[in-house]
Amino acid sequence: MRKIRIFSAITLSVVLVAAGCGSADLDETPAPGASGALTPVKLQLQWFYQAQFAGYIAAVDQGFYKEQGLDVQLLEGGVDIVPQTVLAQGKADYAVAWVPKALASREQGAGITDVGQIFGRSGTYQVAWKNSGITGPADFRGKKIGNWGFGNEFELFAGMTRAGLNPGKDVTLVQQQFDMQALLKKEIDAAQAMSYNEYAQLLEAKNPATGKLYTPDDFTIIDWKQNGSAMLQDAVWANTAKLGDSGYQQQTVKFLTGTIKGWAFCRDNPDKCRDMVVAKGSKLGKSHQLWQMNEVNKLIWPAAGGIGVVDDAAWKQTVDISMTTKNQTGDTVLKAAPEGQAFTNDYINQAITAAKGAGVDVNGASFQPETVTLNPGGA
Amino acid sequence: MRRVLLVLAGIAIFAVLWEGYKLVGSPDGTVIFGVRVLPRADDLSMPHLWTIAERLGRPEIAGGRPVGLVVLQACAFTFGITAVGFVIGALVGLVLAVVMQRFRLAERGLLPYVILSQTVPLVALAPLVAGWSGNLSFGPYPWQDWMTVSLIAAYLAFFPVAVGMLRGLQSPAASGVELMRSYAAGWWRTLVKLRFPAALPYLFPALRLAGAAAVVGAVVGEISTGTRGGVGRLIIEYAREATSDPAKVYTAMLGAALLGLVVAGTVGLLEIPLMRHRRHVEVVTL
Repeated sequence: MRKIRIFSAITLSVVLVAAGCGSADLDETPAPGASGALTPVKLQLQWFYQAQFAGYIAAVDQGFYKEQGLDVQLLEGGVDIVPQTVLAQGKADYAVAWVPKALASREQGAGITDVGQIFGRSGTYQVAWKNSGITGPADFRGKKIGNWGFGNEFELFAGMTRAGLNPGKDVTLVQQQFDMQALLKKEIDAAQAMSYNEYAQLLEAKNPATGKLYTPDDFTIIDWKQNGSAMLQDAVWANTAKLGDSGYQQQTVKFLTGTIKGWAFCRDNPDKCRDMVVAKGSKLGKSHQLWQMNEVNKLIWPAAGGIGVVDDAAWKQTVDISMTTKNQTGDTVLKAAPEGQAFTNDYINQAITAAKGAGVDVNGASFQPETVTLNPGGA
Repeated sequence: MRRVLLVLAGIAIFAVLWEGYKLVGSPDGTVIFGVRVLPRADDLSMPHLWTIAERLGRPEIAGGRPVGLVVLQACAFTFGITAVGFVIGALVGLVLAVVMQRFRLAERGLLPYVILSQTVPLVALAPLVAGWSGNLSFGPYPWQDWMTVSLIAAYLAFFPVAVGMLRGLQSPAASGVELMRSYAAGWWRTLVKLRFPAALPYLFPALRLAGAAAVVGAVVGEISTGTRGGVGRLIIEYAREATSDPAKVYTAMLGAALLGLVVAGTVGLLEIPLMRHRRHVEVVTL
């Protein structure tokens, strides 16, 4: 009898533990149906909330999507979350992804189409110490060059190849972490960095020699845009099969219209957009987010052909590099030219017309970036 | 009392080792034949312990709550996820063990797969689980992100329980089983009266392993899927700031270590009401 009691004691305690812990606070998701007749739409982002996605956050926050009859839910990314896969699996209606990576997924069977090339420019740098004597990719010869791998390295490899180097032989390639410690500790001579994130982290770090923050004068930036090896980055991707459906087509135009308004709002109100991102629970500091907002604006504006329109020359350059540039293992991003509808300007052009009709400046010809002062640690 | 002192001594020894290495170690680390054998001792790689402690007290971001509080709250969240995963994993493990004990065929057929299941790399598994689970729902309740993480924790936790418990259920000597048979006790009675009590000494170490595995599963699962609110997510968020705020990364790791200790302690508590009984069991087993 006693043994049975003991077993019921175990069972009871297990149940109690389950009950006690099961009630741990969960994510608050809005009750379905609370938004009335709005169409629910899910957008998969590439990473956690940060100013890189400020336009989408602002469009939700300022009700630009709601105006279009959409209830947009933003899904944060994670280490192992691949936005274009989430989209292809049907778990999101749209996804933000870099063009080369999304094209690679397309080649492997993901049915997705670039419907809005929000970032018209690439934000990838290679950063070196000013006193290292490196001024361009040709100076990489014999140096230790950091690269992120995982498909983030092709602009660097294309740049080196264009400068006449054989990336596999002429430089020592070092797998780089997603922070800049390796460069600060001089373990590598040049590090990969995004203009809106890792480069800012360098400028938020204290120089032990002076006790002050590092300044842009300490570093040399090699910007791939000026070296002819830039590739297109953040774009809105839609489900190709669903684009045959007129309802989804209209929804896409509406979604893009709201998105355009969101990014135009962030161009004109970077401080407000910074606050929205911070309010979303970003762990990165305020000055870092404002820096990121400003740099991201530079990647979008001015947009000569209108925000989100795919520029044929930039697209061709991206595809060419994807097909011809080999990384250290000899792989290219793409084996063949993308088949079918890899991108279309149909929907973004309709959205631009709609946004213009609502009085939105879709070109930002007069856009002037701010000068952002970074605080220690990005605070 | 002695235990508390020992724990404190352990912490003190760790602190002395850490700071001592910082004192004598080269800031650039020690490299032999191009391989770094000793880590760098500079402040960027190994911040002073007091810097980390002080970082715990300062706000996370300007105007935010102190890092210590944020980390504690994240630990509480992950503890909940871990507990759910642990309970599910332990129950699945128990059921599997009983089934495998009952049916020889099941043991032969299942055990290799149970072992094989643990050779699948967690980082490959996590996105898969996140992938297919997103479409599930329990009636009106949709699948939540934290459930994915709990599932990953359960996946790691069930294994030690299944294997340890099976071993325990098979532990009674033939004489004990024959005695039960002579009493005309059926399978269920033998299980409850003989096999379960005999399995207890095997169960508790297995549960401790399962607890540790569940913590690892939960933290890795959170990192992998980016689930908001837990300590795994904090580790990855703070790691991004390692360049300019290296002490912050260690605060999140401290939190994860604390979580491991709390879970181990909680599992240990389960044992206490059965301590007296366990001695008794050993007599029966003999």
